[in-house]
Amino acid sequence: MARETTQLAVLGAGPGGYAAAFYAADLGMQVALIDEEKNPGGVCLYRGCIPSKALLHVAKVVDEARHAAAWGVTFGDPAIDVGRLRAYKQGVVDKLTGGVGQVARLRKVKYLQGRATLTGPRSMVVAGSGGDTEVQFEHCVLATGSHPTRVPSLALASPRMLDSTTALELPDVPGRLLVVGGGYIGLELGTVYATLGSRVSVVEMTGGLLPGADRDLVQVLQKRLEQLFAAIMLNTKVVGVSEEANGIRVTLEGDVTSKEQVFDRVLVAVGRRPNSKIPGLDSTRVKVDARGFIETDGQRRTAEPTLFAIGDVAGEPMLAHKASHEARVAIDAIAGHRAVFEPLAIPAVVFTDPEIAWCGLTEMQAMEQGTSIDVAKFPWGALSRAITVDRPEGLTKLVFDPKDGRVLGVGIAGSGAGELIAEGVLAVEMGATAEDVKLTIHPHPTLSESLMESAEVFFGQSTHVYKPKRK
Amino acid sequence: MTEFKIPELGENVAGGDVLRVMVNVGDTIAKDQPVVELETDKATIEVPSSVAGVVKEIRVKPGDKVNVGAVILTVDETGAGGGEPDAVTSQSPNPKSQASASDEGSGETSPKRSEGGPKAEQKVLTMPRPARAEAAAPRPQEAPRTATPAPRVERGPAAPAAPGVRRLAREIGVDVSEVEGGGLHGRISEDDVKEHARRMLSGAGARTGPAGAPAVPLPDFEKWGPVERQPMSNIRRTTSTRLSHAWSAVPHVTQCDKADITSMEELRRKYREQVRQAGGDLTVTAMLVRVLATAVKQFPQFNASLDLENDTIVYKKYVNVGVAVDTDRGLLVPVIRNADRKNLTRIAVEVHELAQKARDRKLTLEEMSGGGITISNLGGIGGTYFTPIVNWPEVAILGVSRGIIEPVWNPGSSRGGPSRLRQGSGEARQSAEGATAAGPPAGAFEPRQLLPLSLSYDHRVIDGADAMRFLRWVVEAVEQPFLLSLLG
Repeated sequence: MARETTQLAVLGAGPGGYAAAFYAADLGMQVALIDEEKNPGGVCLYRGCIPSKALLHVAKVVDEARHAAAWGVTFGDPAIDVGRLRAYKQGVVDKLTGGVGQVARLRKVKYLQGRATLTGPRSMVVAGSGGDTEVQFEHCVLATGSHPTRVPSLALASPRMLDSTTALELPDVPGRLLVVGGGYIGLELGTVYATLGSRVSVVEMTGGLLPGADRDLVQVLQKRLEQLFAAIMLNTKVVGVSEEANGIRVTLEGDVTSKEQVFDRVLVAVGRRPNSKIPGLDSTRVKVDARGFIETDGQRRTAEPTLFAIGDVAGEPMLAHKASHEARVAIDAIAGHRAVFEPLAIPAVVFTDPEIAWCGLTEMQAMEQGTSIDVAKFPWGALSRAITVDRPEGLTKLVFDPKDGRVLGVGIAGSGAGELIAEGVLAVEMGATAEDVKLTIHPHPTLSESLMESAEVFFGQSTHVYKPKRK
Repeated sequence: MTEFKIPELGENVAGGDVLRVMVNVGDTIAKDQPVVELETDKATIEVPSSVAGVVKEIRVKPGDKVNVGAVILTVDETGAGGGEPDAVTSQSPNPKSQASASDEGSGETSPKRSEGGPKAEQKVLTMPRPARAEAAAPRPQEAPRTATPAPRVERGPAAPAAPGVRRLAREIGVDVSEVEGGGLHGRISEDDVKEHARRMLSGAGARTGPAGAPAVPLPDFEKWGPVERQPMSNIRRTTSTRLSHAWSAVPHVTQCDKADITSMEELRRKYREQVRQAGGDLTVTAMLVRVLATAVKQFPQFNASLDLENDTIVYKKYVNVGVAVDTDRGLLVPVIRNADRKNLTRIAVEVHELAQKARDRKLTLEEMSGGGITISNLGGIGGTYFTPIVNWPEVAILGVSRGIIEPVWNPGSSRGGPSRLRQGSGEARQSAEGATAAGPPAGAFEPRQLLPLSLSYDHRVIDGADAMRFLRWVVEAVEQPFLLSLLG
């Protein structure tokens, strides 16, 4: 068996794992990065963020072209070549994963393709195509990610049943698509398929889409989705699926009139589960909690001092940018720095159209915790840039500490919200106050002005919104 | 293999000189166990290990200069029960640091910030001089466990500090939630964190301002002949910073007087042996410490500090007297705590011990902080009068020169010895008469031993007349040495 000795092994080459490996290499550590794929990238690049955003971009173009008729420009109905679209998406994925692989080589990170089995707190065996390699390490970062949740009642072995991974492979554009789960993955993929021509129905168990997000933001999206989707069934559960000659028969339960419906394909997007069933993990002292997350301390160190865990496998929220940040914390800790994972705000973005994005304290959380807050909202109907692009439905809101006007959270619904939220994250992290945001000149005419104007609303002085002064 | 590097030791402490390596290769060390002794700034610091395990390699030796971040040891973390991570987590004083991975990081804030905090903070704060975990461990052969968890995760309405500032605080061992923000709405800047760290280290509530005038470029000294350049030692650098600040911040006045110590010297010789047996040395300095301790109770403004920011004078209800000690590395000022509640023998013992520690590089930062007034005695070397610089944030310092025998005119108008009492208290005068009843004949010069005293003070807090009264009080107390015994 081949042998490798390294200071640091990183198991899993997603945005957490490769960020950890690269940072460690930059700090001068000897690093091995292990993953089953040919190149680093993980779910994010291969089966998640990146391919979905490529498809969503195309969907947005299609949608705008359609909408252009209202501005006096009429294009013909789009002719969609699924093969080329798939190739475009694959090109994006290949380009990015190849690029990351290249960067790994330049940094002299030893990339081992294969399936790893831990054999103790300081060693693992990687089974690759060319045989097994024993890797001995001083520290290891577990960044094994997550996988789509499988629901027993929806377990039906049929090519018509999709999960986020297979849906992104874009097998075809089904006539009727049921999306099970009104979370961000379901809505994003539902948007793609609906725009490409599918009749999309969404079924969500709870009373609203995007559980966890503030309702006023969701409302902006929901209005749009109600036009785009054939049906949005809330408080509804799928209790049975069965395959028929012409599709999947779905039995529903809840606030829905038609309890039996047939779809060409069913996409199950009801969440993700951590990949903590790492072979050989029981040969270490690593502890896994009831929900399957590996338990770590603030530095992402597990109960086994040589092992760290980051990213989806280490806890919510399961977001690539959280994983990358944790990667740096863990590597800093390994390097002996007093790093801690303590962000004040982790942005969440739903890449639908319009997008929804938020960070820091939400109104909903404040209410649950009984934290007193002030909220200032700026509707995009008064935002010149939004009017020029004919997207006036957006909303920007700031959540303040009523004591000193400190920005505690930001929520945005509207076209481009995902880009705009970055300013909000910075404001929260820097402890900016309403005054700071108000006094910062924002470029005109841009959507970013909505943040400045929201802050002005806090003082009852927004240029474009008239609001009588608070008493 | 884990490398243990010199951690951040405090503001402006870039590193230090290795005095002693306290572990050997093969030793099993616990977290927080001191591994090297480092001379930094004004203190010798025992640097605690942040890792546990078996020492595989030692990369420094005594005399090495090391900077923060330098690797001093490599440790095999799995090699021993030393780490005992289970113990670490279960002993963690801070429940929050164990918050399960799944519920942190969501960016949510919760109002429960104080919970579990202070204890853990304590741990972090004591970083430069670690709480000795091993002292608490009952037996050395038991797995030495320590209770320093990963730096805690800040939850709740976090301090208004930017991420970079929070990181700085964490790295130098400051709990950012303890820092008082100087910005609008209490926002915490990098400077606020550094200032807080400085205060932690000096323990003096100090606020160091810019020192003096802008630097003027130096001439080319080599033009006139060969020179040698030597880096300033850590102590020299700190002395330089502190004195520059004191000199530029404090409007100094120095007043002088002479005290007749003829009788005190008799007393000193008489009890010297007795004090020696107690482990001390009955020096003029020790006796003056005792005198000053009582003097500042009569004149509280001499045991005060000026808080300009709040337009307040801080009067200290404790009496700690600093004693400047000359060492081969420079000037150090250990502090005799609660000198007003200690008898002369005890003070003599403490002065002796602290001076010894200063020379042996054993003084801790703690032992050099918290002074209220300072004595600087150069009499052992010589000289008459000098102008000491107030040891800011104190407001007064007593400089002592060499006592010399001088002819003193005894006019003989009063019964007894050459009374230098003019405005002394009635009590003192009476005692004086009693003590020197059997003096030489009147109307003659007498050889008396006179001690030149120089009192420098912060004129913002102390008026000239008060300073003279204070110095007179000291002189008279010295001249009536039996009072020292009354002082306890």
